[in-house]
Amino acid sequence: MFYKVVALVLIGVWVGGRTLCAVISGEDVAYVARLARLRLTEDEQAQMTRDLSSVLGYVEHMDELSLEDVQPTARVVDLVNELRPDEVKPGLTKDQALANAPEVADGGFAVPAAGS
Amino acid sequence: MSDATQYEPVIGLEIHIQLATNTKMFCGCRLEFGAEPNTLTCPVCLGHPGTLPVPNEQAVKFAIATGLALGCSIAPRSMFHRKNYFYPDLPKGYQISQFDIPICANGELSGVRIHRAHMEEDAAKNIHVGESGRIHGAGRTVVDYNRGGTPLVEIVTEPDIHSGAQAREWLQLLRATIKRLGVSDVNMEEGSLRCDANISIRPVGQKELGVKSELKNMNSFRFIERGIDAEIARQTALLNAGEKVEQETLHFDPSSGSLTSLRSKEEAHDYRYFPEPDLVPVAPSSELIDEIRASLPELPLQKAERYENDLGISAETSKFLAFNAEMGAYFEAVLAAAGDGADNKRIGDWVVGELVARIGADADPAESKVEPAAMARLVSLVGEKAVTNAGAKTVLDKLVESGGDPDAIVEAEGLAAMGDSDELAGIVDAALEANPKAVEDMKSGNMKAIGAVIGFVMKQTQGRADGGEVTKIVREKLGL
Amino acid sequence: MSQDLLKLSAAQAVSAIQAGDVSASELYDFYRRRASADEFNSYLSVDSDSTIAPAGGELAGVPIAIKDLFCMEGVETRAASKILNGYVPPYDSTVVAKLRAAGASFIGKTNMDEFAMGSSNENSAFGAVRNPWDPTRVPGGSSGGSAAAVAAGTAPWATGTDTGGSIRQPAALCGLVGLKPTYGAVSRFGMIAFASSLDQAGPITRDVADAALMLKHIHGKDASDSTSIGLPEDVVAPSAENLNGLKFGIPAPLDWGGVQTVVKAVFDASCKRIEAAGGEIVELPLPHADYALSAYYIIAPAEASANLARMDGVRFGQRADVSGGLTEMYETTRGEGFGPEVKRRIMLGTYALSSGYYDAYYGQAQKVRTKIVEDFKAAYETCDFIITPTSPSVAFGLGEKTDDPLQMYLSDYFTVPISLAGVPAISLPAGLATSDGSAVAEPGTEGALPVGLQIAAPHFAENKLLDAAHVFERETDFADGPWTWGS
Ligand SMILES: [Mg+2]
Ligand SMILES: [Zn+2]
Repeated sequence: MFYKVVALVLIGVWVGGRTLCAVISGEDVAYVARLARLRLTEDEQAQMTRDLSSVLGYVEHMDELSLEDVQPTARVVDLVNELRPDEVKPGLTKDQALANAPEVADGGFAVPAAGS
Repeated sequence: MSDATQYEPVIGLEIHIQLATNTKMFCGCRLEFGAEPNTLTCPVCLGHPGTLPVPNEQAVKFAIATGLALGCSIAPRSMFHRKNYFYPDLPKGYQISQFDIPICANGELSGVRIHRAHMEEDAAKNIHVGESGRIHGAGRTVVDYNRGGTPLVEIVTEPDIHSGAQAREWLQLLRATIKRLGVSDVNMEEGSLRCDANISIRPVGQKELGVKSELKNMNSFRFIERGIDAEIARQTALLNAGEKVEQETLHFDPSSGSLTSLRSKEEAHDYRYFPEPDLVPVAPSSELIDEIRASLPELPLQKAERYENDLGISAETSKFLAFNAEMGAYFEAVLAAAGDGADNKRIGDWVVGELVARIGADADPAESKVEPAAMARLVSLVGEKAVTNAGAKTVLDKLVESGGDPDAIVEAEGLAAMGDSDELAGIVDAALEANPKAVEDMKSGNMKAIGAVIGFVMKQTQGRADGGEVTKIVREKLGL
Repeated sequence: MSQDLLKLSAAQAVSAIQAGDVSASELYDFYRRRASADEFNSYLSVDSDSTIAPAGGELAGVPIAIKDLFCMEGVETRAASKILNGYVPPYDSTVVAKLRAAGASFIGKTNMDEFAMGSSNENSAFGAVRNPWDPTRVPGGSSGGSAAAVAAGTAPWATGTDTGGSIRQPAALCGLVGLKPTYGAVSRFGMIAFASSLDQAGPITRDVADAALMLKHIHGKDASDSTSIGLPEDVVAPSAENLNGLKFGIPAPLDWGGVQTVVKAVFDASCKRIEAAGGEIVELPLPHADYALSAYYIIAPAEASANLARMDGVRFGQRADVSGGLTEMYETTRGEGFGPEVKRRIMLGTYALSSGYYDAYYGQAQKVRTKIVEDFKAAYETCDFIITPTSPSVAFGLGEKTDDPLQMYLSDYFTVPISLAGVPAISLPAGLATSDGSAVAEPGTEGALPVGLQIAAPHFAENKLLDAAHVFERETDFADGPWTWGS
């Protein structure tokens, strides 16, 4: 049913109903934000919990399909062995490489030391 | 748990090998160790927005050659994945590696099974600056992306190793094998071969593995052996004290012999591997695999067999020569200089026994002052009895010290063997006269007593006499 | 003269320059002035690369607007994100390099949804783009700036990129032609990645002939993009006279409950026009298309979460001012640098790939993609093209859907299955709706809004697709765009 879901979801009440079903906790959101190195304010985290619940609730209907024996498709192009010869190509000078860097020290890209 | 519990160490190794290609894994930047920081980069290996990786064909061939040399099967269709974590030495925020289908799997090298060998890209180099200059110190980290994107093969063994010494010997074989393939410089000091060890212990007879710790980045064979032994000792002490081994990552400090726990790069190891959508599968044809197989050189294991079977060298010496890349190359050079009909076994014994004793097992003899031709000549002088064993050892001392020509040294130091000369017969007469007790003993059947006579002769001749020749003359004179 | 210049399509402008009726620099100055005075926030920068191409090339120096997702050497490129403030690429994207080599000039970088994430162009860090047909409405997204620029006549044509509909949907909402080529037809090198397995560059133009002309110059296998293939044959100017013998499939059974009535009315009229031109309308099953949006909203964010990890404040772009350590630098830079929708997708994608959830979300979505690819393959055994409306509704009001991400995602409902299948599709003007969206409007009606038709073809059948679109375009009585209204 190609368009059934459009029909259903454009009725907001139904979306609201689905939103309540999905379970992703604030803790989950905090863990994922940490993995993704994203600082979220408290408000953002609360909003994110609601938004992710809504979308994850929606996509759950993929579970209706039993696809155990189906091979996953990572890309649709049917290519193999796209390789390049081992030949040197001109790159960037040091100045060009560092030109976009927010902070430079000792001829390199400087960042706050890890762990402090 | 009683003190009497016997533990069996179980060790698996993970070895990263930098491939000796001209360019990086996914871009055309030149590879060079020790270049000025950030002079070997391009938008691709700096992870600029919009850039895409394109794999290096030579790196793929080198990876296949490595797999074949380790007896692996080559995947007909292998894939790249993204391994996601944040660290400044990782410009894209993920490392392109292989995950569920590595290019090489299920091999074996000298009794240690190879779980897999896969392709990936190296990280860049973080230079930690600041007050303490250490990872945990305050201050800044400065990143040099020259190394970032160097093609790597990561070899993962099954846990088939049971001691530090075995790990060391096996790694030496692996290194010699890779070096012989010519796919890497395998230089531990420059980081083109790096080794981590997973170590656990279990009561002898138990099947399940104990909790393992991971020993990171040990940069010499000696430290690998010592680090593993130290960790085995630490775990054994823990269990004997009724405590538990924690799963952790450790660093071995060779100067103090101590192990310290490292903070992990990402506190939660959730790498979120998924298939790299920017790359298509690598599917080597069977023709290509056959071609690479056919071009493999004689590998150290085969070489050891040949030394033992064809040259008559002892199994242990053969292995030592074949598994130690530099020693083996030097030995081959001496064989070549000695030419046909040389006493290859004697050459092996002199290289492994005498030269190694003088320069050390980890040294590269090619960098010593003893030219292969000089070594060949010295061994041939011994064979011709032109110089005695003792005399030859003195010559070798001189060679190691300042190089030169063995004949000239023999001449200059007056070390020419006396051989079957009247002079030697006279000295033997004097020796018998001076050792009446020994003569009595020999006559009554105790040939061990000849030691005193030989000692006298050697002293008189300053080692130029041949022990065998002296024995022969003594037997003649005493009618034994 | 000005109005005459404005009326020239890109292909016509090429001819005019080649005939000596107008000079390349005259045309360039004309558009630069118009772009500088743009009222719809279509541009992030104008004239940053002021070299006018010498008139010798096939594109004769005709100017083009470039979506800010394409890297241009020496020109600040930000993908409409604060986190890339100050980023000046040291290299050209392949699309830009090819257009440059073909003799195009560049007017400026167009606004877009941040990192191409959005369907309304309200997610730009530099302000929403307004629809030139009605400035209180969105132009669609994510290539909204490109669509608005072409619709308003501040550029004769523009590049766009399409991951789940980002060329087709704004083209539909702005009354333009938008072509998403077969995945792999155009190199992605230098196009800032959103979802690598779906992203494709393509033209946003006033007519089908211009779309063909741009595609001709941007497609091709690229040694810098392992996933590029190019097109098997040269792209030719469309010339078909009718649709005789061609079958157009409508996915069935259709449920029009969620689609605006006027969109259905225009679609029905489009089907009649196709039949009148000799085409045959058939019904066909696409059993898994129903699941495409779900698969898409897992796959695209998952890939995006990794693609955007390089935006870390280390080598380029904007870094937050922090006194703390590395982790704080990362978290604050990214927390401050990304807008809410980008954060949402990074979170969604990171979650879908994280330990324990991979199989249920990402793995399942990749399997759904397999089924969708199979569905399309089967469908094209019984028809030449698949047709749907491009968007379930006409351009909606600014701010109307910003509070509900899921509602916004549903704008992509018709375009996403095609993206997952990797086949080419074009959106082209099919009719007009009255300003309240209640009825079909005649050309020239005050406040009328455009409605688009989407035609999808099999992999690499771009020439065939352009030919069919060209016939449909000729049969359709559609007002020119806002560019003809003003000056
Ligand atoms: Mg690794
Ligand atoms: Zn590079």
